[in-house]
Amino acid sequence: MAGRVSATLASPQDSRVPGIAFIFKKALISALVALVLFSLMIGVRTDAGPDGQLTYWTRFGDLAAMVATVFGGSIVVELLRQWWGPVGTVRVVPASVQSGLSLAGRLVAPVLLVFTFLVPVIFYNERYILDLAILVLTYVMLGWGLNVVVGLAGLLDLGYVAFYAVGAYSYALLATNFGLSFWVCLPLAGILAAFWGVLLGFPVLRLRGDYLAIVTLAFGEIIRLVIINWQSLTGGPNGITGIPRPTLFGIPLSPGEDGLAARLGIEFSPTHRIVFLFYLILALALLTNWVTIRLRRLPIGRAWEALREDEIACRALGINTTTTKLTAFATGAMFGGFAGAFFATRQGFISPESFTFHESALVLAIVVLGGMGSQLGVALAALAMIGGFELFRGLDQYRMLVFGMAMVLLMIWRPRGLIGHRAPTVFLRHNQAISADLVNEGRG
Amino acid sequence: MSGDHILSVDRLSMRFGGIVAVNELSFDAERRKITALIGPNGAGKTTVFNCITGFYKPTSGVLRLTHDDGHIIQLERLNDFRISKLARVARTFQNIRLFPGMTALENLMVAQHNALMRASGLTFLGLIGAPSWRVAEQAAIDLARTWLERIGLLDRADDAAGNLPYGDQRRLEIARAMCTDPALLCLDEPAAGLNARESAGLSELLLSIRSDHGTSILLIEHDMSVVMEISDHVVVMDYGVKIAEGTPQHVRDDPRVIAAYLGADEEEAIAVMERGT
Repeated sequence: MAGRVSATLASPQDSRVPGIAFIFKKALISALVALVLFSLMIGVRTDAGPDGQLTYWTRFGDLAAMVATVFGGSIVVELLRQWWGPVGTVRVVPASVQSGLSLAGRLVAPVLLVFTFLVPVIFYNERYILDLAILVLTYVMLGWGLNVVVGLAGLLDLGYVAFYAVGAYSYALLATNFGLSFWVCLPLAGILAAFWGVLLGFPVLRLRGDYLAIVTLAFGEIIRLVIINWQSLTGGPNGITGIPRPTLFGIPLSPGEDGLAARLGIEFSPTHRIVFLFYLILALALLTNWVTIRLRRLPIGRAWEALREDEIACRALGINTTTTKLTAFATGAMFGGFAGAFFATRQGFISPESFTFHESALVLAIVVLGGMGSQLGVALAALAMIGGFELFRGLDQYRMLVFGMAMVLLMIWRPRGLIGHRAPTVFLRHNQAISADLVNEGRG
Repeated sequence: MSGDHILSVDRLSMRFGGIVAVNELSFDAERRKITALIGPNGAGKTTVFNCITGFYKPTSGVLRLTHDDGHIIQLERLNDFRISKLARVARTFQNIRLFPGMTALENLMVAQHNALMRASGLTFLGLIGAPSWRVAEQAAIDLARTWLERIGLLDRADDAAGNLPYGDQRRLEIARAMCTDPALLCLDEPAAGLNARESAGLSELLLSIRSDHGTSILLIEHDMSVVMEISDHVVVMDYGVKIAEGTPQHVRDDPRVIAAYLGADEEEAIAVMERGT
């Protein structure tokens, strides 16, 4: 109370800045809450004794440390908040720093691209990093694919993994049953996935927001359950084994006589295949990116974004919202199908376990974290989510904790994702980004 | 009344359950003229608009649209986006419905969706960057630029539509509707929320649309200064039925209209009307 009084009595300019008493009061309340919460969770430890009876012992030292941490942390947070000023403060950044930042911002994408191209050269002998890079690129591609549906068209799709599964199983079944090569199966897998995308699109056309999310979620599960139960075709939970590895236009990457290494006259190394897979997924991901960027500048892409902004206005302008939504679903699904075919050829073995809801959630998290609609944002988010998660492997059981905390902090500072602003698709004079506050997220 | 009609509304009725919003309404909108639909709040004006533009399906009645080439389209048989695409009827909304996160230019580009979709060969020609597509795209940008210039927003072409002042948003929405190349433009309270100067600018814009483009205009409006200044024909509605129709001068002197607007107190009614003009 004293804090508030002293604050109000202070001069009008700094009346918003609370005094020391206020900070202490806040920290004290936080510490009290922590004490109540942790006294049972940390302070008392129960266990079953040797004869099965309940034994317990106290850990007041840990409890005190925890409460003290909360008390100190609360003060630090409050001081940081005061230093930063009220929410929404515009910090005046020197012009030189500002131009430097914008230059760095423009350089991020090209530098990242060049670096990606050089990854197999730099880390040639580090199999683990190459495998991780392939995994990251797969998720970059999936994120870019889902970005068409969620980020551009504003249709919340929780069952994206279904198309990933359709693509993977299409390639696996076509290759093992009919002996078709990867390059024939790849477009087929994309077409089949797009077909299923349209099939999903039809029943959900009238749904919006939460309802759409639930139906797409169910669709993802249906595909997975069909795969598990249709044993005669898909092998059920056993999955499909012996999926052919990709070839370089007919030349296998194997140690044999007709292998690529023998033909080129160099010594065979299993890394060749990894490097090939790396460039394959890089090419597929870049294709996804290129097509998406092109589509955004075409009428269909603008119609997607307009649909996200205001569906009723779209109808008043003569835009067929049905076909617009279906093409968004189909395009996103097609890229998911490509990624699925790649996944199958890379693993050589697929089973329904790889296509759980967890994957859909992960890809959606990448899109949301990256900033819906932003290509660079999605790539950065995939790098952070997949690569970052691996980075924290050394932290063992605290990995999830650190990861969760990073997500919370990010949502506080950048609630609209890493790159929240929208780049216009066409401009007359200056290409200026549009603030995230104006851009709708779409309501389904 | 046997002039050249672009739109003939014949015994239009719209019921929502037991409520009769529009009851046996008939009127005609003349080609290349501005027809105003006025009436007190809740008279059913916006319902008529929603029937004409396909957002509602009328309970009964015929809406006949006659294009310049004599082609007749019955609007009540079309739905949704086809009204705009096939019948070339464009509309604006009472509460502005722009795409706030897209730039003013982009808003006008989205409006040309159907023409551009054809030009881009249903996206495929556009994807490979065919020359014919590039020409069409440039033409679309030029058309958008022309409209931005006409509504005085050329300087703000690259600003987000949601960032524009209210009056600019109103004009941009009209320009967006015009970019769909409509035969009939339906404006739902275009002057709502505008100050006197902006209203005058709006009147000028609508008159120039009528004279330069030959677009017929149907508008709902409460701002009597706008209605009296630009309308060629006024239809007055109350409780879902037409109570008067004629030239602005004719309508403003009609005692039924005055009574509908302000109850029986005619003196006050006349005073308000005069202030309006």
